Amino acid sequence: MKALKELSGVAAPLPMINVDTDMIIPKQYLKTIERTGLGKGLFHSMRYNDDGSDNPDFVLNKEAYRDSKILIAGDNFGCGSSREHAAWAIDDFGIRCVIAPSFSDIFYNNAFKNGMLLIRLPQEQIDELTKQAEFGSNAVFNIDLENQLVIAPDGSEHQFEIDEFRKHCLLHGLDEIALTLEKETAISSYESDASSSRSWLTPAAG
Amino acid sequence: MSAKTLYDKIWDAHVVSTEPDGTCLIYIDRHLVHEVTSAQAFEGLRLNNRPVRRPELTLAVVDHNIPTTDRSQGIDDPESKLQMDTLAKNTSEFGVEYYNELDERQGIVHIIGPEQGFTLPGTTVVCGDSHTATHGAFGALAHGIGTSEVEHVLASQTLLQNKSKNMLVKVNGKLAPGVTAKDLTLAIIAHTGTAGGTGHVIEYAGEAIRNLTMEGRMTLCNMAIEGGARAGLVAPDETTFAYLKGRPKSPKGEDWERAVEYWKTLKTDDDANFDKVVEIDATAIAPIVTWGTSPEDAIAITDSVPAPKDFNDEHKQASAQRSLDYMGLTAGTPMTDIPVDKVFIGSCTNGRIEDLREVAKVVEGRQVATHVDAMVVPGSGLVKAQAEKEGIAAILKDAGFDWREPGCSMCLGMNPDKLSPGERCASTSNRNFEGRQGHGGRTHLMSPAMAAAAAVTGRLTDVRALLNEGASA
Repeated sequence: MKALKELSGVAAPLPMINVDTDMIIPKQYLKTIERTGLGKGLFHSMRYNDDGSDNPDFVLNKEAYRDSKILIAGDNFGCGSSREHAAWAIDDFGIRCVIAPSFSDIFYNNAFKNGMLLIRLPQEQIDELTKQAEFGSNAVFNIDLENQLVIAPDGSEHQFEIDEFRKHCLLHGLDEIALTLEKETAISSYESDASSSRSWLTPAAG
Repeated sequence: MSAKTLYDKIWDAHVVSTEPDGTCLIYIDRHLVHEVTSAQAFEGLRLNNRPVRRPELTLAVVDHNIPTTDRSQGIDDPESKLQMDTLAKNTSEFGVEYYNELDERQGIVHIIGPEQGFTLPGTTVVCGDSHTATHGAFGALAHGIGTSEVEHVLASQTLLQNKSKNMLVKVNGKLAPGVTAKDLTLAIIAHTGTAGGTGHVIEYAGEAIRNLTMEGRMTLCNMAIEGGARAGLVAPDETTFAYLKGRPKSPKGEDWERAVEYWKTLKTDDDANFDKVVEIDATAIAPIVTWGTSPEDAIAITDSVPAPKDFNDEHKQASAQRSLDYMGLTAGTPMTDIPVDKVFIGSCTNGRIEDLREVAKVVEGRQVATHVDAMVVPGSGLVKAQAEKEGIAAILKDAGFDWREPGCSMCLGMNPDKLSPGERCASTSNRNFEGRQGHGGRTHLMSPAMAAAAAVTGRLTDVRALLNEGASA
C-alpha cells in the first residue's frame, strides 16, 4: 500500500449528500479484471454528456479542479455497493483524500486499503471548507496526517479523528496482509480451539 | 459477566487478536465469491505466492454479469466472458468450489449461501458484495467487503475490523395483509435514513420479526446496508433451524445436534445495552414504494410525490429536487397515477421461492398490461426448478411475464438486462440510485406483490385492492 503522510493541493467541492458508488463508478467499468485505469470513468454520468463530451458544469471538468488532490463532499459519501472500483477510480484520477461528514463503512475501509485518507468533519466545518474550496486553484489545502489536521486556505486548522492502527498503516504504507500473516500462531490456535468447541463449523461435503 | 447483545456474542467468539487501539483480527467462517470483485484479489495472491488458507470455507458462483437468456451456447459479451473465465480459472487453481453458469445450483451469491446450508447461525460471513447483509437473517454476522479485503480473507481467513455499535430495531405488532418484509425494510429505512445505521450493527427484534419466514428475514436483512448499517441480525430460532435442516452443507448427525444447542444460546441478554434503539409499529405500515433516487425516499403507495420544501434541511431539499428531475416526477402526483414501462422481479432481495409465490398469487388469472414489459429472474437454478414444479412458472408465463435464467440481472444492469434512458421500472431490487438499472433509467422499489400489481395494471398500484378483488371474486 502507498504511504500518505502529507498532502497539499486543490480541493474540489461536491456538496451533494448520499453520493453512491454507482455514481462514483458505474457498472460498465466493473467488468475489468485490473485495478488501474478507472480514473476516466470517475463520476461518469455527471462528468460526461450523453455524446461522451465533457459536461463543463461538473466540478472536475473546470480548469481549476482538473488536478484536484482532495474532494470535499456531503454526508454519507460512498454509500451503496462494496465495489472497490470506487476507491480505485478516485485514486486513479489523482484524488488521495476525501473529506465529508460521514462515509459508508465499506467505502471507508476500501479507501484506506488503497493508501487514501478519508476525513470525517462536522457539517458546519464541511460547509466552511466547501466555501473556501470554491475559490478554485488559488485555494490550496494542506493535510497533515501525523498531527491529524486539515489546514484550510485561510490558515484555519481543523482537527480530525482517525484510528491509531489505520493511521500507522497509512503513514508507513504497510501491507496489511503481510502483517496479518505474521500472526500465524494466533490464527492457528484460534482455528484449533474453534474446531474442537464447534466441530459443526466445517461445511458438510454437500 | 456483563450482559451481551447477539452481536457482542458473535463478535467475541471470533476475535483472534486485538491491537492496542482496539482494532481486532476477526476470524471468518464463510466466504462467498463472485466474478466481479474477486479477480484482482486472486491476482494479488498469485503475485505474492500466497495460497488460499482454507479453500473449503469459500464458495464461488457466477451471478453479476451473466445473461439471463439461454447460456448453453456460451456468452457473447467478451468482457463478461473474461470475468467468468477468470473466476473459473482462479477457483480451479486455488481449489475453491465453484458453481458455473450451467450448474443447477448457480444463482445469486446471497441466495445460494442459505440455500446450500453454507450460511449458518453464529458464523461470520463475508463477500465482496454489499448485500452480504442478507445472511444476517440466520443470526450470522455478515457484511460486504472490498476486493482488498477479499484478498485478505482468502490469504488469512481473517479480517481487520473495528467493532461497530449496537442498534436495536424493534418492530411491534403484526404486519397487515398485503404488507411484506420488503415493505417493512423500506419503512425502516424511510424512518432511520440511509445513514441512520452507519457505524452500527442492527438487530431486528419484536413480534413482526419473529413472525417472518426465513425468506422474509433475508429480505429484511438484505437492505440493512441501505440503512447504512454494517450488518443486520435476526436471532436464530425454530424457523431458522427448520430452514437449515437437511440442506447440503448444513451440519449432519451429531454435529447438527451440537450446532442447534449452540445456536439456541445466540440471543441478546435481557439487560444488554444498545447504543441506539428504534421502535416501529408494524400495524401502521402500508405497502411502500420509492419515489426518488435513494432507498430512504420511500413512502406509502397511498401517498403523493413529496415536494423539496417538505424537507427541513437544505442539503435534503437540493437532493429531493435532483431526484424529482431525474425521476421525471411532479410534486403532489398521487403515487398510484405513475405509469410503468417495465417490471423486474428478482434480485438477492426478492428472488426466492416465497417471492415468486406472492407474485403468482397476484397475477393468476390476470394479464400483464399491454404496454408493460415484465420479467421474472429467479434467484437460483434451484428456485427456478421449484417454481416450475409448483406451477408458478406456468402462471407467470401465461400472464405474459418473461421467465429467465438465474442471476443478478436488472438489479444492477451489468448484463444485457437494463433500462433505457427515461424508462420507468417497478422493481423488487434494492437500489433506486441514478442509473442503477441502466443509464437514465427510473426505478421504483417495492415488494414482489406490489411489482406484480404494477405489471397487471400498468401503473403503481396498491396491491391490497387486487387481493381484495381476487378474494371477493
